Amino acid sequence: MQDIQKISAGSKHLLSGNEAIALGAYHAGMKVATAYPGTPSTEILENIARFEGVYAEWSTNEKVALEIAMGASYTGVRCLCSMKHVGLNVAADSLLSASITGVNGGLVVVSADDPGMHSSQNEQDNRHYARLAKIPVIEPYDSQSAYDFMFLAFDISEKYDTPVLLRTTTRISHSKSLVCIKGLSEVGARRASFTPNPEKYVMLPAFARKRHEVIENRILELREYAQNTPLNQVLKGTGSMGIIANGIAFQYAKEVFPDAAVLRLGMTYPLSEQLVREFADSVEKLIAIEELDPFIEEMVRGMGIEVSGKDFIPITGELSPEIVASSAKKAGLLEDVESEEPACRAELPLRPPSLCPGCPHRGLFYALGKTPRRIKKVTSAPTKPTAGGLVITGDIGCYTLGAYKPLNGLDTCACMGASIGHALGMEKAGVTDKLVAVIGDSTFMHSGLTALANAVYNQSQITIVILDNMTTAMTGHQGHPATGISAGGKKTQAVNLENAVRGIGVDEVVVLDAFDIKALREAVARATESDKLSVIIVRGECAPLRARSFACRVVDTSVCTRCNTCFKLACPAIQYKDGNVYIDPELCAGDNCGLCDQVCPVGAIGVFDEAVKE
Amino acid sequence: MQNISVLITGIGGQGIILASDVLADAAMRTGWDVKKTDSIGMAQRGGSVISHVRMGDVVSSPLIPTGGADVLFGMEKLEAARHCHFLKPGGQAVINSYGAPPLTVATGAKKYPEDEAILSVVRERAGKVFFIDGLKKVSKLGNTRALNVFLLGALSVLLPLTEQVWQEALEAKLPSKIIQINLQAFSLGREEVKNAGIR
Ligand SMILES: Cc1ncc(C[n+]2csc(CCOP(=O)(O)OP(=O)(O)O)c2C)c(N)n1
Repeated sequence: MQDIQKISAGSKHLLSGNEAIALGAYHAGMKVATAYPGTPSTEILENIARFEGVYAEWSTNEKVALEIAMGASYTGVRCLCSMKHVGLNVAADSLLSASITGVNGGLVVVSADDPGMHSSQNEQDNRHYARLAKIPVIEPYDSQSAYDFMFLAFDISEKYDTPVLLRTTTRISHSKSLVCIKGLSEVGARRASFTPNPEKYVMLPAFARKRHEVIENRILELREYAQNTPLNQVLKGTGSMGIIANGIAFQYAKEVFPDAAVLRLGMTYPLSEQLVREFADSVEKLIAIEELDPFIEEMVRGMGIEVSGKDFIPITGELSPEIVASSAKKAGLLEDVESEEPACRAELPLRPPSLCPGCPHRGLFYALGKTPRRIKKVTSAPTKPTAGGLVITGDIGCYTLGAYKPLNGLDTCACMGASIGHALGMEKAGVTDKLVAVIGDSTFMHSGLTALANAVYNQSQITIVILDNMTTAMTGHQGHPATGISAGGKKTQAVNLENAVRGIGVDEVVVLDAFDIKALREAVARATESDKLSVIIVRGECAPLRARSFACRVVDTSVCTRCNTCFKLACPAIQYKDGNVYIDPELCAGDNCGLCDQVCPVGAIGVFDEAVKE
Repeated sequence: MQNISVLITGIGGQGIILASDVLADAAMRTGWDVKKTDSIGMAQRGGSVISHVRMGDVVSSPLIPTGGADVLFGMEKLEAARHCHFLKPGGQAVINSYGAPPLTVATGAKKYPEDEAILSVVRERAGKVFFIDGLKKVSKLGNTRALNVFLLGALSVLLPLTEQVWQEALEAKLPSKIIQINLQAFSLGREEVKNAGIR
């Protein structure tokens, strides 16, 4: 990672949208930054954590992150809180509360949405939160605007006493483009100090009623601001068509309709009716090009202005220049585009993601799959209800990949922390299956603790497996409270998982080595036949974080019976080569793992002398 | 000038993001507008990685549309074939002959396509294909880590960027400890395409 804090004013750099957001916030005088990791937002805080003079932390979850940013804002300093789109669902209560109290120092909440679901479980359009919370939403359309808009976002936040939602998307956050750097603004010198003001900061109904009036007036004032803000720009065109566009969709619109007049909205809520009406009057045909929901389009239509958009542009998925072009062609707005073959016609083997070689999650799924109850559950026809099987409710993280064949290790996965609630729900509904909830360590800290308290309190008999790989792996190895490593990479106090679980009231707690198949199988067998609430902590460090072991496993083909048991591990290193089972030494994790030699029924896998390299 | 679009494909761990960063940096040093965008998807490692790089007077979309790439730069041959629809008809392709079997192939469920099958898919779009055994060539230097930069050297012959900006970009993006070997790898890559076996 380049050290972007050192970039000097006046220079020009290639920055990603996330780098531009981080640097823009810093140059605008941000003093506190909080976040919970989540693609595509993660790099914002990763960059800020390296800046000197800014407090940056990975918070336990998005709700906590936002409340910390609110508290800091109340003391007059500028704060940034970043998260992925679904994180804002977790922090929604806090966002709506921040709206009603307003701020003191500028408070900018970054929501990084993921149209196309590159790495998410849904593709919700978080601009709706701005309308719900009655706060402005700002949308950059490249890295330069991401950088520039940060200054305006903080100014607006303070001037209008409101949190500001800055919405970016994967394509903005993860694309690099040129940025001219302005440098540090003057705001930096503020000292934090809190002046009590209960009518603003204590939301008792009597005070909140007054604040509601305040925020309704605020949105009217912002609507007026929207008319002349530099965030919104009219770009003159030559044709008869006018396009309203935001974010990355603006770039696609420019590419497909280089001559059209464009109203580029950098602030998509609230909209100024006068601005839109003047633009609409200047063109013959008005279209709105935006990713996901017809957010702008419906507001424009609500003004009584004729506009089209989602009648030909897809509402699902990420847009691209060719999707905009082909949609426009179908709608009769474009003529001479050749139709392109959408994709390669040849049938090529797919490359689905899989657990890494040496992944500490693999052994648990193998052990679960070997229990008679699980075999019964997965082999019986899905139409017939089975009794006495094993249902595994899952959660979000690298281990969600355990759902794929041949591990078949998860039956549900919805949102972070849901595994425990799902298992409790099935139990309380009365299924006769044994229920196991599988949850990662970061996810457990994020939203598993409260669900576990619920399990204790409401007398559950489920088993909860915490897959403790000592990091937040899925999003690129960030710390969390149980790792004891801060966002800046310093050692801090770690929350002890086993003590936390015991403290909540679970008596049956075991901690197991993630690579000990025998112990895993025994623990799973014990738990699945017991009627006591239990927690199994499966501990093993994330494979890419460990020093490489060169004691690669080798298959003795004279002993191997090709029974394929080792393939049940779904390890990328275990392959077929010339009709024999073969372990790729480039991929094998060696002594960091050793699962395959434990599962081989004939002892054909081991470390042979010639394989032991330096 | 007409904008130039390069699509880089391969798998995690091959240094694709670095390669596209160097290319984008070289374009910036030339004084052009430039945008790049990476798709890494869910896989930490071993999954498919794509990077789009576009440069010229003014670049709007960072994403290259289907049929919009002047050059396809493939560091793994199966991934090159999978994404060749991005290539303009008659465009050029630089493809590393390395093949990494995906899990579906490794378990014997699917077959990894033969070189001829891969090349015929690519040739449906490409005018020229440079199919290079990069790993073998770069191992002469005693360090296969510089493979991505070797391949960048091969790519550089097809782009109107000076050797000077390439060198500056490499120096800006690589740690000084490994710069020498990478500059050598880059030159080797250039030679490879200059004296090329076009397939
Ligand atoms: C509310 C919310 N915030 C963030 C994310 C992004 N995210 C997906 S999985 C994950 C954490 C995974 O960590 P852990 O549970 O430790 O599992 P690991 O990936 O390490 O196996 C995160 C942060 C999300 N999906 N939802």
